Amino acid sequence: MEYTIYILLLPLFTFIFIGLLSNKLSHKTAGIIGTISLTIITILSYMTAFEYFTTQKINGVYQTIVPFNQLWLNLGANLHIDLGIMLDPISVMMLIVVSTVSLMVHIYSLGYMKGEVGFQRYYSFLSLFTFSMLGLVVATNIFQMYIFWELVGVSSYLLIGFYYTKPEAVAASKKAFIVTRFADLFFLIGILILSFFTQTFDFGILMSGDGSIFNSAIGTTFIGGSVLTWAMALIFVGGAGKSAMFPFHIWLPDAMEGPTPVSALIHAATMVVAGVFLVARLFPIYIGFTPEVLHGIAYVGAFTAMFSAIIAIVQTDIKRVLAFSTISQIGFMMVALGVSGYEGHEGLGYMSSMFHLFTHAMFKALLFLGAGSIIHAVHSNEMNQMGGLRKYMPITHLTFLIACLSISGIPPFSGFFSKDEILTATFNFSNGLGIWMTVVAFLTAFYMFRLYYNIFWGKEYKSENGHIPHESPISMTFPLIFLAAVTLVSGFIPFGKFVTADRAEYIIHLDWTVATISISVAIIAILLATALYRKPSNIPSKIVSKTKGLYKAAYHRFYIDEIYLFITKSVIFKGISQPFAWFDRHIIDGAMNGLAWITNWTSLKIRGFQSGQVQWYAYVFLLGTLLITILAIAI
Amino acid sequence: MIELLVNSVSIPMVAFLIVSLIMFFAGVFGFLTRKNLIMILISVELILNSVDINFAVFNRYLFPEQMEGLFFALFGIAIAACETAVAIAIIINIYRRFGNVDVDNVNKLKG
Amino acid sequence: MTDILIFILLAIVIVAFSILAVTSKHVIRSAVYLLFVLLGTAGLYLMLNYHFLFAVQIAVYAGGIMVLFIMAIFLTHQPGENVRKKTNWKIVSSSLLSITGIALCGYIIVKNINRIATFARGEEIDMQNIGMAMMGTEKYQYLLPFEVISVLLLACIVGAIMIARKDKEEEKHDHIKTRIEELKDKSENNKENKI
Repeated sequence: MEYTIYILLLPLFTFIFIGLLSNKLSHKTAGIIGTISLTIITILSYMTAFEYFTTQKINGVYQTIVPFNQLWLNLGANLHIDLGIMLDPISVMMLIVVSTVSLMVHIYSLGYMKGEVGFQRYYSFLSLFTFSMLGLVVATNIFQMYIFWELVGVSSYLLIGFYYTKPEAVAASKKAFIVTRFADLFFLIGILILSFFTQTFDFGILMSGDGSIFNSAIGTTFIGGSVLTWAMALIFVGGAGKSAMFPFHIWLPDAMEGPTPVSALIHAATMVVAGVFLVARLFPIYIGFTPEVLHGIAYVGAFTAMFSAIIAIVQTDIKRVLAFSTISQIGFMMVALGVSGYEGHEGLGYMSSMFHLFTHAMFKALLFLGAGSIIHAVHSNEMNQMGGLRKYMPITHLTFLIACLSISGIPPFSGFFSKDEILTATFNFSNGLGIWMTVVAFLTAFYMFRLYYNIFWGKEYKSENGHIPHESPISMTFPLIFLAAVTLVSGFIPFGKFVTADRAEYIIHLDWTVATISISVAIIAILLATALYRKPSNIPSKIVSKTKGLYKAAYHRFYIDEIYLFITKSVIFKGISQPFAWFDRHIIDGAMNGLAWITNWTSLKIRGFQSGQVQWYAYVFLLGTLLITILAIAI
Repeated sequence: MIELLVNSVSIPMVAFLIVSLIMFFAGVFGFLTRKNLIMILISVELILNSVDINFAVFNRYLFPEQMEGLFFALFGIAIAACETAVAIAIIINIYRRFGNVDVDNVNKLKG
Repeated sequence: MTDILIFILLAIVIVAFSILAVTSKHVIRSAVYLLFVLLGTAGLYLMLNYHFLFAVQIAVYAGGIMVLFIMAIFLTHQPGENVRKKTNWKIVSSSLLSITGIALCGYIIVKNINRIATFARGEEIDMQNIGMAMMGTEKYQYLLPFEVISVLLLACIVGAIMIARKDKEEEKHDHIKTRIEELKDKSENNKENKI
């Protein structure tokens, strides 16, 4: 399967090509080149997946294969950094997810970004992102993964700041970059600790199940935990930063300042699940050696899921609602990974997490693209500027509804299957966590249908200037229809046959108790939302005024941003940075400036001697002569 | 008068030297304090003159059978004449340039 | 006794007029005081029995150089123009320095000369001897310095003419140049002040 290398090289080439020739190419050419390149990548990815899943199964277990590996940096006898491609079930699945969503976004952007300034730049950045994300998922070693991890961060930064003339976009891109970069610092420290003790970066060796390489890391303890625990926890912090887990979630809602297709690609389907992918990638280590970290991941995920679901209920910007919903759904995936075991039936959580990652990528991309279509039509992000749009945009309406039903967990849509598996896995772990996640599922269905009714039903759309919303062009509706179709059918994919923790086949069977609970909860939530939002009514505002404090807190996202601002501005800047800056400016610079100042001052004083006045020279000369004479006499 | 002077010199050498010394430092004082270039030149003449006296005095008192002091004084006078001629040419040039002969104008020596 | 009186007179004249020459307000007076000093010096040479030196002193200094001085003063000064003085502290410090110098050197002179003979044998030097010494090339004869001085004098004459000569071109642009120089100096001064 040597052709897999082209999956990486092609988008890189496209990025360089469009990027360098951006002034020479017309909008249309740039877009078409990008889309064609992505189509080829998608075809190659599907071919890879087909070939991998049909031929690489030995004794019922999928093998890891490395079609390409190149030594890049040799750091020591054992320690070296490679660049290569590693194929195993999750990376192949991610190849499909990334290339499919990316292709849909490329096609969609042809219509959505039409006529924008910097269209070519946009496409070259999309290619860069695709390249980085594909490189991340097929990385053969943790360091290569880190390199591409940073690359996706950069391309995310570039794309969020695409409208760089808008101050909010610039601020949001900076925020996203700094927050994720801050988390990546821990990731890097974790990598360094892990590689220092195990003397390898290679996933193949780390995942071999051979516990001996971790002996030194487990043997060494540091502040109440083995070094391995610390390393794995730090690596998870990096993943949490990328996946917007609490408390690193603050960058994701602001990242919605970027173009909507970018939000769909990066901030809903692919990049933000990199953290989940990371945990899944290192899952054998987590489950085998540091289960306590894995449980921690579960609790962080559960808290984040609930937390952001509550916030999503009260947000009015439709993209923000979707952003918080994304955070919440990633929380689901984290919980599923956290509660998972390794072998056989125990591995349900892992499988369901990957399954949910897959289905979520599809329906969340669909939601975002639908939102983009709506924004395209009404030129606003605010919910209260919409309403009754179902008449004007039938295709968008239908596909959006499918996605909403899917995320709410209504059969037969894909979200039901994956979410149901997650809930089952959670109930297997503990009833408390299961109930907690069921409540989150209830909230999910509620806020999604609040969003849906507010956009497509509710009060009639009125525009100040007689503008009538219209359905989007075919280049935008085609991805919607395609993704809706995927959402409809992907639930029936026998996912357990392909991706499991131990890579052996796993037969999914629905746990009907859990399924009944989750379906009924979802239906109740939908009915509640229908009652509240289908027709314009004053019940919601009454509820708001009754729960004023809670509402306000949730609306302001529980003031997490303000806390961050307080910590950075008042504590770090004032308390730490300012004294350091003062020290730097006044002591270090001061010493240097002082030297210069002394030199300057002295020379200013001395230059009087060099007045050019002969008499002054004579005076000094005479003085010196007399002094020497006095000395001569005295001696 | 000349006879009288010639035959009966019994003045101590110190007396001559003190006179030339005072003349010398008067010249130095003038050189340091005056602004007018011609005045400075006059001061220089005083200094040169005092040196000439010293040559002559030392010759006469210490080595009367030789003439080195005499000749050095002679040459000193000649060189003083040269120096004065050139200096006055320069002063006239400066006057032409600045309209006065203040030493403050001539400060191009500074770095 | 007479010679002592004459010496005292000469000494007083020399000292008084030297000091007056460097402190007078009028240049022309300074020049005249200088003339008196030179004449007094000539008297001293006479007392030392250096008649030729006496003659040279009168002829070259009092005659030649004084004429040059007075010419120069006439060329560069308006009648009755006072000379600008240095600032007070400069005068004070300079006089202090001079007095210190007098004291120091006087101390050295008095301390050292007293040990050696203090009287001279007054013998007039024969003009013929002087002529022979000046024109000879033997030891203690001074033909070479004599010729060097003559060349120097020639060079000085040429140099003085060259320096003092006015170009016709220069004359034309004289006032403009003066103006430019002034402006330059001003700007330089400003720069310095700023620095």
